[in-house]
Amino acid sequence: MYKYDQYDQAIVDARVAEFSDQVRRRLAGDITEDQFKPLRLMNGLYLQLHAYMLRVAIPYGTLDSRQMRMLAHIARTYDRDYGHFTTRQNIQYNWIKLEDAPAILEDLAKVEMHAIQTSGNCIRNISSDQYAGAAADEITDPRPWAELLRQWSTFHPEFSYLPRKFKIAVIAADEDRAAMRLHDIGIQIVTRDGQLGAAFYVGGGMGRTPMVAPLIKDFVPIADYLSYAEACLRVYNRYGRRDNIYKARIKILIHELGAEEYARQVEAEFAHVKSLGIDPPAAELDRIAAFFAPPAFETGLPDSVDRTDPDFAVWLDQNVKAHKQPGYAIVNISLKPVGGIPGDASSAQIDVMADLAERYSFDELRVTHAQNIVLPHVAKRDLYAVWQALTDADLAAANLDLISDIIACPGLDYCSLANARSIPVAQKIAQRFADVERQRTLGELKLKISGCINACGHHHAGHIGILGVDRKGTENYQLLLGGSGAEDTSLGKITGPGFDEDGIVDAVERVTDKYLELREGGERFLDTYRRVGFDPFKEAIYG
Amino acid sequence: MKLLTGNDLASGAVTWWTGDGWSIHVEDAADVGEHGEAILTAEEGARRVNAPYLIDAVATPDGPRPAHIKDRIRALGPTVRPDLTLKPADPDAGSWVI
Repeated sequence: MYKYDQYDQAIVDARVAEFSDQVRRRLAGDITEDQFKPLRLMNGLYLQLHAYMLRVAIPYGTLDSRQMRMLAHIARTYDRDYGHFTTRQNIQYNWIKLEDAPAILEDLAKVEMHAIQTSGNCIRNISSDQYAGAAADEITDPRPWAELLRQWSTFHPEFSYLPRKFKIAVIAADEDRAAMRLHDIGIQIVTRDGQLGAAFYVGGGMGRTPMVAPLIKDFVPIADYLSYAEACLRVYNRYGRRDNIYKARIKILIHELGAEEYARQVEAEFAHVKSLGIDPPAAELDRIAAFFAPPAFETGLPDSVDRTDPDFAVWLDQNVKAHKQPGYAIVNISLKPVGGIPGDASSAQIDVMADLAERYSFDELRVTHAQNIVLPHVAKRDLYAVWQALTDADLAAANLDLISDIIACPGLDYCSLANARSIPVAQKIAQRFADVERQRTLGELKLKISGCINACGHHHAGHIGILGVDRKGTENYQLLLGGSGAEDTSLGKITGPGFDEDGIVDAVERVTDKYLELREGGERFLDTYRRVGFDPFKEAIYG
Repeated sequence: MKLLTGNDLASGAVTWWTGDGWSIHVEDAADVGEHGEAILTAEEGARRVNAPYLIDAVATPDGPRPAHIKDRIRALGPTVRPDLTLKPADPDAGSWVI
């Protein structure tokens, strides 16, 4: 894991001191809310329905047990004993007092964390593959390249006031576990003729105008990686619209310019940027990469696991994934117990996960964009002990990528932007399909719910998506089918008129029933949908 | 009826204008009638409450009930965490929102 150097720490400490003074002046009435709002947002402090909400950055979703315990401490000390892991691999606290914000940021700084770049029109927290460094299918660990972007983008003077917020994801495997093409820039580390490089997909995103990022450049030599990213941003910063918030994202610019013309302008800018010498020397790249060296894996460990306990066997099949190191596995901890709130974890549960990481996973954890937690490096001999500890902490739901592993935004229960509640719908669907064998019969089925058009719940990318809207003061839910945030990225299509809260649960069940009727062989829901098309499902939903 | 609401500066808690101050309980809220804009302007100047705004509500025997679901959720708390609402002992409190 990356460790702060003196510059990183100094930057964060200085920001804590600066914001503490801003909070003091605000509480004293020396500055107005209009003056204070942009300052608090630059430090991740929002004002939501019931209180201030603090969003803490977890760079590329990676953290250690010390940091995880600090997140539990903050939940316990300053909030209401829980945190909410988000679809951008961050954590949010929903009940923060303004007067406590400086102390919280001070605590975070002690463990090399902060809440910078979690709001505002800047380059936001860089996201990545939650299996980085562990996945059997990656060509290299993408996190050094994500970390390089983090350092480059932190307080970048040219990109602190972009036309709109800007999200970047970096992956290094063919399987896309980070919804890479639904980011403003999606970067895939690739090789060509034995050389490392990067493919740049630019102009994706969800929100009210969802778009899949087109490929702008299929291979940028790794030595030019940062210069090319800078060129992409510069063209956007120059031509992105600032007169209309709904047309200000880079996806709109690229849609209007055309991907080819945008790429041409980036090439022209890149020719200039390259001459500025911003790409780091090899020694600096090596310094960063060294932080992400593989842990000291044991060799000769057994690959077999005792499956005698049937509940353990189900969890093993569903939540444990292949590791590139023989004798090890990747453990996914579902934060989606049936009837629970997707992404929420109590301080006690956060502490349990920290303890397990320290004891069994080389002190590493990951947060996933699907609002789950990963222990990336667990020896197979320890899986049963890990499962038992998770079971004791109500963290052993065996539902990864099944219909109850639902992504849901906080919705109208917490969010000031939302039009409808998301969480109760997620809970009702999970309860309807509570039988894990029924879920396993349905197979991989990614259901995603947003409480408004801003799409924090990724509804466009759900195999089944649900969008909550306000229809004359009443919550109403639209159903979408056929989206994907994986390497086969696609956008869901709205089926037709919406439903009330109970009606949407029934509609989802009609869709899954139709799928089981139409499925051939080992098809996933998405495969069947793509084969047979939209109409049979629409007929099943509306009759 | 019209209510004036906002979020307390220090705690961020939802708060309601009572006629001579602010309360976290919507039952205490006063009908500001035609004076809403004037009170809002004065309270913005006082800087005690963030982003105050006027809403429509209906008078009921139990007190004012905001017209829009968003403000009813603000008044009670998250419907998915009854323990964190202002009425944790009332298991049926959520039905007031819906």
